[in-house]
Amino acid sequence: MSDSADRQSLGPNVRQTAAERATGDRTDTLLQTDDLVKTFGGFTATDSVDFSVDEGELRCLIGPNGAGKSTLLKLITGTLAPTDGSVYYNGHDITDLEPNERVDRGISMKFQVPSVYGDLTVRENARLPIQQFADGAERRQRVREAIEAAGLTGYEEVDASTLSHGQQQQLEISMAASLEPDLLLLDEPVAGLSLEERGEIADLVQELNDDGITFVIIEHDIDFVERIADAVTVLHQGAVFREGSIEDIRADDEVRRIYLGGE
Amino acid sequence: MAAESSASSSSSSPAAPSALGRLRNRLEGPNTIGNSRRFWVGFAVVLLGLVAFPLLGGGTGNQFSLFLVLGLLGLSLSLVWGYSGILSFGQTVFFGVGAYTFGVVSINFPTPGGITGAVVAGTLGGAVVAALLGYFMFYGGVRDVYVTIITLVSTLVMLTFMAQTAGSEWTIGEAPLGGFNGMPGMPLLTLGVEGIFTFQFVFNELELFVPVLGTVTFDPFYYLALALLLAGYLGLRVVVNMDFGRVLVAVREDEDRTQMFGYNVKRAKLIAFTLGGGFAGLAGVLYAARNVYIDPSVFELYFATLPVVWVSVGGRKSLLGAVVATIAVEYLRLNIGGELALVAVGALLLLSILVLPGGIVPWIDEKLTNSNLDVSEIDGTEPSTEVSES
Repeated sequence: MSDSADRQSLGPNVRQTAAERATGDRTDTLLQTDDLVKTFGGFTATDSVDFSVDEGELRCLIGPNGAGKSTLLKLITGTLAPTDGSVYYNGHDITDLEPNERVDRGISMKFQVPSVYGDLTVRENARLPIQQFADGAERRQRVREAIEAAGLTGYEEVDASTLSHGQQQQLEISMAASLEPDLLLLDEPVAGLSLEERGEIADLVQELNDDGITFVIIEHDIDFVERIADAVTVLHQGAVFREGSIEDIRADDEVRRIYLGGE
Repeated sequence: MAAESSASSSSSSPAAPSALGRLRNRLEGPNTIGNSRRFWVGFAVVLLGLVAFPLLGGGTGNQFSLFLVLGLLGLSLSLVWGYSGILSFGQTVFFGVGAYTFGVVSINFPTPGGITGAVVAGTLGGAVVAALLGYFMFYGGVRDVYVTIITLVSTLVMLTFMAQTAGSEWTIGEAPLGGFNGMPGMPLLTLGVEGIFTFQFVFNELELFVPVLGTVTFDPFYYLALALLLAGYLGLRVVVNMDFGRVLVAVREDEDRTQMFGYNVKRAKLIAFTLGGGFAGLAGVLYAARNVYIDPSVFELYFATLPVVWVSVGGRKSLLGAVVATIAVEYLRLNIGGELALVAVGALLLLSILVLPGGIVPWIDEKLTNSNLDVSEIDGTEPSTEVSES
C-alpha cells in the first residue's frame, strides 16, 4: 500500500493507511480517489480519476454536462460501485462499503434533485437523521437547531412537499449536515434558485464549513463557486482536467474552450 | 420564534403524563390518522358496537368473524406496502403458509397445548417464509416492481406446489396435505394448557344472559378474532409511530436518500416484510382454525389480489383504512356473490384509483379534521395537535 503511494508520488498529502495515520507522518487528506473508473456499457463516465480533498477544504467541482461530476460523487458515496479503482477516506479503503456504512464514517450527501420526504412534516424530516444518535431533550434541541439552520422555524408541522424549491434545498442540506459529517457532498445546491436563495445557501454552506465540515460541491453557477470555493476542480470527459484557485481556472483558456466548445 | 416553539413543545409535559397520556403518545403521530380525543371516543363507540354486534344480530356474527380475520391480512399489507413501499402480492403466501402450518402441527398434536403451539408455529411460519423470501429479494438488490413480480410468482408457485400434494407421500406425520382436496381433520381451536385452563373457540355456542335481550348465544371465536385484530391494529400503530416507523416511511418515499442518511435500508425492509409475514401468518392460522380446513385456493391469483384491493380502497397509508376497507369489501363481496362480485370488486378498485387515489378513509379523515379545525377556531376546545418528540 505504501509502495504504491510512494510510486505515485502525489506529494505529502496522499492517502494513508490506518497504520500510517496512527504512526505519524500526519497529513490532512480526508478523501482520495485512486484511478477511479466507472463505465456504463461502452460509455466511460469517469476515467482514472485521481481526486483528493483536504480536511476543512471547500472544493467545487465544475465541468460541462456529462463530464462525470455526479458519477464521481456517487462513487464517493457508494451509490454506484466503481468498475475499477479505489476510494480512500480518512486513510481507509472504503471502496467496498455500503452507502450507509460510509455515512457512519462521516460522509453525507445532498442529492441533485431535492429529495426531502414530501409525505413527512418538516419536523419529521429533520428528526429522521438525528433520531439515530440523539434522544429526549438532546434530540429536541438538535431538531430545533436543524430547522432553524434551514430557516424553517415556524414551519415545523408543514408537509415538506408544500415547501418551495429553495426551502426544500435548505432543509435537505440542513438534514445532511445534522449528521455532523466530516465530509458533505452537495450536487448542484443552488440550481433553479433565485439570487436571494443562492445567497442563503452560500451563507449556510460557509457557516457549516467554518464549523469544520469539508465540502465537495458540484455547481454550474460560477458566481456561486467564486463566492464560496477554496479551490476548484474541472472535470472533462470523465477525467480531472484542471485544478486550482477560481482565478486560475477563470483565466484558463483551455477551460473556457471546453465549456464553450470550439476555439 | 424558536424560543416559542421550544416552550410549547416542552410545556406539553409539565407534570408527569398520565398512563393514558403516555399510551396515546405511543399510539399517535403523523404516520397514522386519528390523533384526537374525538377519534378515540369514536373508536371506542365502534368497538363497543362490534362487541355488541353478535349479541344483537345473532348468527351474522359468525360470518363477520371471517372479515375480522381477513382484517389482519389487510393490516399486514398496509404495513408492507402502505408504510414501507413494498407492493407485495405475496401476503396470501404467508397467509397460506400460516394456515397449512397450523393444520399440520395441530393435526399432529391435537391437544389444547399442541393447538396453542400450532397457532404460534403458524404465525412464525408466515414470518419465517417472509424473512427468507425478503432476504433474498432485498439483499439480492431486487427492488420496486420486480419485488411485486416475485411475490406474485411466489403465490403461483405455492398454488402449483400445493395442488400436486394429493398423494399419500405428501403426509407430514399424521397430516396429509391433500392437494386440491385440501387438508381436513384439524382439531377444533382449543387454546390453553391441559390441566390448568383450556377453552374451545370454534363450534362452541356460549349462552349469556343479557338484561332486556334475555339469553343470547354467541360464537367465542368472533371475540378472539376481534381481540387479535384490535391488538394487531394498536400494535402496528405503535410500530409506525416509533422511530422505526419514520424510517419505513422514509424508505417508501426515497430509498437512496434514506440510505444516505445512514440507514440500513435493506434491513429495515426485511424487518417490515417479516413482521407483515407474521401478521399474514396469524390471519392464515385463524382462517384455517375457523374453517377447520384449508386448501390451495388461498394461493390463487384472485385471492392474492384481494388484499391489494382492500388496502387501495381503504387507503394504503392508513392502518385503519386497511381494516375498514377489508371488512367493507368482504361484506360486499359476500353479499353480491358469484361472478358479479368479481366485477364489483374490480369496479371498486378502478373507482378508488381514479377518484380517491389516497383511499377512502384518509379522505374522510381529512374532511372531518378540517371541520374539526373550524370548530376549534370558534370554541378553542380542540386538544393541541402538537406531536410529542419522544
